Amino acid sequence: MSAIPQRVHLELTVNGEFAPVSFPSYKTLLEVLREDLNLTGTKHGCELGECGACAVLIDGEPQLSCLVLGVECEGRHIETVEGLANGSELHPLQAAFADLGAAQCGYCTPGILMTAKALLDKNLDVNREQIKEAISGNLCRCTGYQQIFEAIEEAARRMKP
Amino acid sequence: MSLKVIGKARRRVDGRAKVTGLTKFADDIVLPRMVHCRLLRSSHPHAEILEINSEKAKQHPGVHLVLTGKDFPITFGIMPVAQDEYPLANGRVRYVGDPIAAVIAKDEQTCTEALDLIEVKFKLLATISSPEEALQNPEPRIHDYGDQGNIHRIQSYEFGDVDEALAKSDHVFDDLFFYEGNTHLPIEQHASVAAPDGEGKLTLWSSTQVPHYIHRALSRALQMPGSHIRVIACPNGGGFGGKCDLHNHEIVVSRAALKLGRPVKICLNREEVFYMHRGRHPVLMRMRTGVTKDGKLTGMHLQTLLDGGGYGSYGPASTFYTGVLQTVTYELPRYKFDACRTFTNKPPCGPKRGHGTPQPRFGQEVQLDKIAEKLKLDPAELRLGMVAKPNSLTANWLKIGTIGLAECIRQAVARSDWKNRYGKLPAGRGLGIACSSYLSGAGLPIYWNKMPHSGVQLLADRSGQVTVFCGATEIGQGSDDVLAAMVAEVLGIDPFEIRCVTGDTALTPVDLGSYSSRVTVMMGNAAIQAAEKLKAQIAEAAAEQLEVVPSRLSFSEGRVFLSENSNKSLSFKKAVEFAEAKFGTLGAVGSYSPPRAPGRYKGAGVGPSPAYSYSACVLEVEVDQATGWIAVPKIWIAHDIGRTVNPVLARGQVEGSVYMGLAEALMEEQIFRRLPPKMSHALVHKIPSLLEYKSPTSLDMPEIDTILIEDPDPNCPFGAKEAGQGPLLPVMPALANAIFDAVGVRIDELPITPDKVLRALKLKKSGKNPRIGPAHFPAVPYPKSIFVLPPWEGGDGKESKKDDAVAVV
Repeated sequence: MSAIPQRVHLELTVNGEFAPVSFPSYKTLLEVLREDLNLTGTKHGCELGECGACAVLIDGEPQLSCLVLGVECEGRHIETVEGLANGSELHPLQAAFADLGAAQCGYCTPGILMTAKALLDKNLDVNREQIKEAISGNLCRCTGYQQIFEAIEEAARRMKP
Repeated sequence: MSLKVIGKARRRVDGRAKVTGLTKFADDIVLPRMVHCRLLRSSHPHAEILEINSEKAKQHPGVHLVLTGKDFPITFGIMPVAQDEYPLANGRVRYVGDPIAAVIAKDEQTCTEALDLIEVKFKLLATISSPEEALQNPEPRIHDYGDQGNIHRIQSYEFGDVDEALAKSDHVFDDLFFYEGNTHLPIEQHASVAAPDGEGKLTLWSSTQVPHYIHRALSRALQMPGSHIRVIACPNGGGFGGKCDLHNHEIVVSRAALKLGRPVKICLNREEVFYMHRGRHPVLMRMRTGVTKDGKLTGMHLQTLLDGGGYGSYGPASTFYTGVLQTVTYELPRYKFDACRTFTNKPPCGPKRGHGTPQPRFGQEVQLDKIAEKLKLDPAELRLGMVAKPNSLTANWLKIGTIGLAECIRQAVARSDWKNRYGKLPAGRGLGIACSSYLSGAGLPIYWNKMPHSGVQLLADRSGQVTVFCGATEIGQGSDDVLAAMVAEVLGIDPFEIRCVTGDTALTPVDLGSYSSRVTVMMGNAAIQAAEKLKAQIAEAAAEQLEVVPSRLSFSEGRVFLSENSNKSLSFKKAVEFAEAKFGTLGAVGSYSPPRAPGRYKGAGVGPSPAYSYSACVLEVEVDQATGWIAVPKIWIAHDIGRTVNPVLARGQVEGSVYMGLAEALMEEQIFRRLPPKMSHALVHKIPSLLEYKSPTSLDMPEIDTILIEDPDPNCPFGAKEAGQGPLLPVMPALANAIFDAVGVRIDELPITPDKVLRALKLKKSGKNPRIGPAHFPAVPYPKSIFVLPPWEGGDGKESKKDDAVAVV
């Protein structure tokens, strides 16, 4: 095995911004985001696709960034928690999570926020069962999930025109 | 007193950072010239290290340093009485996962490559896989210290003559229970960054719940003065007790950073977190309990046997905690408690949420259900009839203050419609009830000293800004929010006007850390004391300006005003300006030490607390009798919180506890298997991944009805007790009891899985005792008891001779 893996240079689009970046080709999107683009808002809990902490949106769909290679992402639209707020105005999901206790330690929060955003982007008339199903791949050890469900429901209410 | 902040539902003060990705966890720290570290861990559970050859690893391109046991000559441990670990193995490994060597290289990938190049020659030793094996095999000793052979700690306490009490009882219940070990599973894997500063001093950023203890232990481990070490506890991505030890990697990166003169980072992978563990001890229990025919406890003899794993960790405390709090929930005239912790060649166990108390709580509450069944009493009524009295002493000399337990039981019973549904639901459905109590902070620190348990410093200046400094650590529970709320309430300002600086040993006064549910009570009391001092200064200056007496001033909603005429008023900011002009730079400190506990016998230091919280839980279950599948549609939890600081966070703590309790009840287990002999016979974790180590997902969680019972405790800040551990405790036994109500089988061990239920149902069908649980308690050489007379038998809190006991009616 070569000690210094070959580097690649890619032009990514992250949170609507042009993000040219060069990195060793073996790196996952999670590692590229955190280590090469300094977007440490996206977290990791297993690097094996088990916990959901690293969820980001790729072309609007929630994906586990630890299971996606950086080299697969050129030309695709990547959204992370850093892009969720509008300037200093929180996204309704962020505001509801902060207000209603949906973030305790906050470590699983970015992954759940992004997963919930994908859900609400498609449908603001979500029910509790759909919410449970949508975030069933995101483990949270703090909350017992109840306040997360409520925050997503509240955000959906606030987002309705 | 009308409270403006305390008790009001608010966004937590650090809420915004948590939803924007700006909360900086340890692994989010990136420093110039930073290099990375990974550890080589033992693949053998018990072996001597004959030789380590790291030459090839050192030559690997990109490697800066390789460290081995030779670089760490002295032992460490979080408790002064258990200094039994080396940062990197010094000639011996004691569990699969025990760190042996460290590689520091330009990136993690290079570290991983170099780890493969390190050659270690082992001489394999016989392994101990269970407490029973540890008792049977005093040799080879896993450690050359401990009470005897492979027994780490063994002890016995007796409070009044228990045999006599049992002999006089109408019934004696003798039950065995087993509680399997499980782990914390914080979603954040432990990470640390160490860096030398400009003066050559060391800074360590770490995922730790206890920066002060780490600071102290690190100073010893590195043989460096504490004044040259700064420990910064980053906000933890979940702790649950798993970040309370000084961990090997924290010492290793510190040493490496000092050697290399540059920052060194480590982040453990998930498998390493499973192996580092320090979680719930597996505990086998025998519980003999006497009762009168009308359902009063007469005495209890509890014996526990703990599987401690390969090192001490917090084990000496854990051992005590498997017994000392059994007396706090119900009236118990006499109590005997024997405990034994063994070493085994498995990852070390330590403190997990509820520390040592969930195991005997499970046993006691299931046994109470059996008692109610036998006496034909309603299990809720049975408990209501024996709730401990407020402002009382227990048999083992713990001082109880307020108790909201009776109200907890009444509310949980009412809200679950218990009276109309318990014992009356269709076959396969059932309700179970259980109660519990827990510490609001441990009465003593883990090392003996007379200094405060928590210190708070406040600064205020002409900008109107108030900054509060405290060593307490934010692990998600809302430590910073409690701190801001306490200060804001006293000073009459908005919590968001307060800046919290916490968990930094260079900047903040000592607080012992986020463990034993101590932060709200201890930090809160210290914060109030500091804020009251600052308030007095501001009041004096403001009174002078308003030409009134200071005692007539109120502080509220950002203003300082005459209580009877709010037109005579100043803004808080203006009042601070006058105070700064009058007194100079404004600052105040507060500190807190718990009240001295009444017990005077050796060992009386474990168990006392400034206040105990209480919980009652009713749980509904549906059991599929064909498959044994267990569904839990709803849980009612009533928690005596004293007073709620922030209802949003309090509810979160309670529901998070219920979640974790249900997880332990239904699925979580830290279990091991032996590899085949040809593959080294090693003891390996069966399921060291988040996929296979099952924890409840959003789809698995039932609806939780949370009820907060407020009965302010005078020892607590604004009356507030803990909420983050106690509500976990009744969930597991409530499940076991609900399953009995549903299908008439007793599962006396955790977790309660469908296969166990199915086996019990088969036993029931074939007319056998429908019980799954341990059948045998081994012969444990418990020593002669330390005998102490209970307060009501003429005791003085000191050890006495059993013969001194006077007959009492």
